[in-house]
Amino acid sequence: MAFAEQSKSNLPAGKLSKASVMSFLSAQGILIFFLVGMFVFSFFSEQFLSQSNIMTVVRQASIIGIIAVGVTVVIIGGNLDLSVGSMLSFSTVLVVDLHDKVGPTTAILMMFALTLMLGAVNGILIGFLRLNSLIVTLAMLSAIQGFVLIYSGGQNVDIANQDGTWFAFFGRGYLGGIAVPILLFGLLAILVQVVMSYTGYGRRIFAVGGNPMAAVYSGIRKNWCVFSTYLISAFCVACAALVLGSRVMGSQNNVGQGYELLVLAGIILGGTSLLGGAGSIWKTVIGVLILGFIQNGLLLMGYPYYIQWIVTWVIIILAVWLDLANKRKRLLTTHS
Amino acid sequence: MSPSQHDFSSNKRQPINAEPILRLEGITKRFPGVVALNSVDFDVRPGEVHALLGENGAGKSTLMKVLAGKHQANEGKIILAGQEMAFENPKHAKRAGVVLIHQEQSLVPEMTVAENIFLGSLPRKPFNRVDWRKLREDTNKILETLKCGFQHDDLVGSLSIAKKQMVEIGRALAFTPRVVVFDEPTASLTDHEKPVLYDVINSLCEQGVGIVYISHRMDEIFHLSHRISVLRDGEYTGTVNTADTNEDEITRMMIGRSLELDHASKPSNFGDNLLEVRNLSVKRVFENVSFNVRKGEIVGMYGLVGAGRSEVAETIFGLRTPSTGEVVLDGKVVSFRNSHDAVVHGVALVPEDRKDQGLILGMNCRDNMTLASLSSVSSWGFMTSAKEREVYDKYHQAMKIKTPSWRQKVGNLSGGNQQKIVIGKWLHTHPKLLILDEPTRGIDVGSKSEIHTLVKDLAKSGYAVLVISSEMPEVLGLSNRIIAMYDGRVTAEFDGDNVSEDELVQAITGMGKQAQAS
Repeated sequence: MAFAEQSKSNLPAGKLSKASVMSFLSAQGILIFFLVGMFVFSFFSEQFLSQSNIMTVVRQASIIGIIAVGVTVVIIGGNLDLSVGSMLSFSTVLVVDLHDKVGPTTAILMMFALTLMLGAVNGILIGFLRLNSLIVTLAMLSAIQGFVLIYSGGQNVDIANQDGTWFAFFGRGYLGGIAVPILLFGLLAILVQVVMSYTGYGRRIFAVGGNPMAAVYSGIRKNWCVFSTYLISAFCVACAALVLGSRVMGSQNNVGQGYELLVLAGIILGGTSLLGGAGSIWKTVIGVLILGFIQNGLLLMGYPYYIQWIVTWVIIILAVWLDLANKRKRLLTTHS
Repeated sequence: MSPSQHDFSSNKRQPINAEPILRLEGITKRFPGVVALNSVDFDVRPGEVHALLGENGAGKSTLMKVLAGKHQANEGKIILAGQEMAFENPKHAKRAGVVLIHQEQSLVPEMTVAENIFLGSLPRKPFNRVDWRKLREDTNKILETLKCGFQHDDLVGSLSIAKKQMVEIGRALAFTPRVVVFDEPTASLTDHEKPVLYDVINSLCEQGVGIVYISHRMDEIFHLSHRISVLRDGEYTGTVNTADTNEDEITRMMIGRSLELDHASKPSNFGDNLLEVRNLSVKRVFENVSFNVRKGEIVGMYGLVGAGRSEVAETIFGLRTPSTGEVVLDGKVVSFRNSHDAVVHGVALVPEDRKDQGLILGMNCRDNMTLASLSSVSSWGFMTSAKEREVYDKYHQAMKIKTPSWRQKVGNLSGGNQQKIVIGKWLHTHPKLLILDEPTRGIDVGSKSEIHTLVKDLAKSGYAVLVISSEMPEVLGLSNRIIAMYDGRVTAEFDGDNVSEDELVQAITGMGKQAQAS
């Protein structure tokens, strides 16, 4: 009988029942996926698990990672930010171009100020004028790229004296044996994770993303919260521009093109819901690293870059689908 | 049946003697860690309204979900017209003629009435095309039985809540039901929309359909039902004939003791004016609203849905900008730019819609509780887990909130417990003015009287309280003064102890306008 079968699976389960193992697997799915993937890749390439390769991957991933930290905050607050790609081009071109004109310190300060201003424009349009974030940041994505081209006159920029500047520290330097980009990524991730989980500000962002109306009815200044998430996102882009500009010591005027999708890919892969109100920086870090290792692994196995694109997005769609399937199952079995 | 027979003073119904069309025997349902139903028996006779009562969490909804195939029982039998059934899913149950009409409406607002009624089972022509003519005819047949004022091609989104409910019922009729379960059908209906629903239920009965009726409202149950069954903590406590029982007995069956009905006296010790609203207007919403609330006083605001009561509250709370007039709080004219300003100045609003406005359903109990007072549990911007727990524990105990743990997502709690969390959230902001908008809508009698007692105690300890309600007994039972609103205006003000129900009804329907104007 159907009843009898039901009763077995619903009895209070022991610690190592099939159900509890499965629920552990699905909860930690992304991490397990990560480890299995590493294992598989290491079969195909001996280099893959070498310390130097790992460090290279993490360093490469750190630019995407730094931006993703900021965008995760925007997404937890219930919005999207697609403008980060062009913003990265803008900030990198700016800081590199100004470096020789006004000196590194002023260049960095001006770059941060102007990037934050772009973030503020996003924030005002979405937070205070309550325009749709997808449309606003998509428009900003094009508009900012336009500004970059006007500013640079279509020319690429670079720094003349590449060895004689302390600006190189951010992209090429090491501190205690660890590359500075990785340190910066780690530091930002920890900082923002702490803010999101342990401060009232973080709790409010979760509330605004979870149910904007209830947040407003709880005395939360929703508009300010949304506005601030775009400042955080812009600040992270500025940090990434610092690393990128310093590493390359020059910049193409469309250097950030496509970053918005890679960032989104890392966040989705980590398992942060695009619906808002849930997620964590920790997940995003994992997601960005997985993305980095997939791409590196495929490269070491000798596949061309366009195969990487296809594989990456297939994996992302799979991740989203698995996540959704899980949620549906949970929804069906919750009793109320 | 004519509407006049819906007068609640009419005689109680005698039980119908017939073989049950549906029998549930020894239904047991376990969830991990909980026994939600323990060997429950229940039956419905054809043409009968069988009311199912119990406090929130007693297992009514679970039992009905088992019946409608949403959950499968661990033990027990479902016997429909003499045949044992094992419903694997709701569709299966519907085909067999068992239909559940939901508390929450699940209609598609962009589609027409006809499409909604036959959603998922649209009549087809060859090549899988929709047979629009048959759809129209079938829908009209159903609408005829419902006798309601809308057409098959009206968009559902344009209908009132009551009419949407009718569409939902229409959906049930499309399956030629044998048993229909109504889960709190009147929770979102106004008083003059209810008779339409009662008519439909009665005509279903005449056709020999068995009705299960779940509600918290005693008056409705005694008016409509033939028999009453009660669940308590997942156990079946018994079935009685409506004609042989009374509210006291039912209540005792529900909570296992006589209800400590809210016998607390009204507050009587008033201080100075705390809130004074002067000629407040919001264009096209309400006009020239003036009233005051003193410290230690409960003022009731009574009116129909849409009279502008909630909007007045939202304006005081800084969510709407007044076009004219002013709000004076504690002797000072205030103008709040947003709700945050209002909270800082000691105004709290327990909103009308718990799920959309009151709670973040995906957050846990503790986080919801501290959401309006985060700075009080933080130092240097960092929240202290211990302080948060302290706040949660305090209100958890004081308000007798039933949750397994603070980690429970509020979305999984019953209405009464959810409402207590919202109230707790606001009490911790230590407000001077507490505005409660429909504080007990859709929650069980036990929680209801607890909340009423709490509100009175709060007023006695010095809070100024404004209660907005559509329920006359609630307004009369709580208020020192009553402000009646109709169509965006204050039509009258009454002494809460010296007002007749007739006067109140006149004031909120605009009939007594000339007589009351002063």
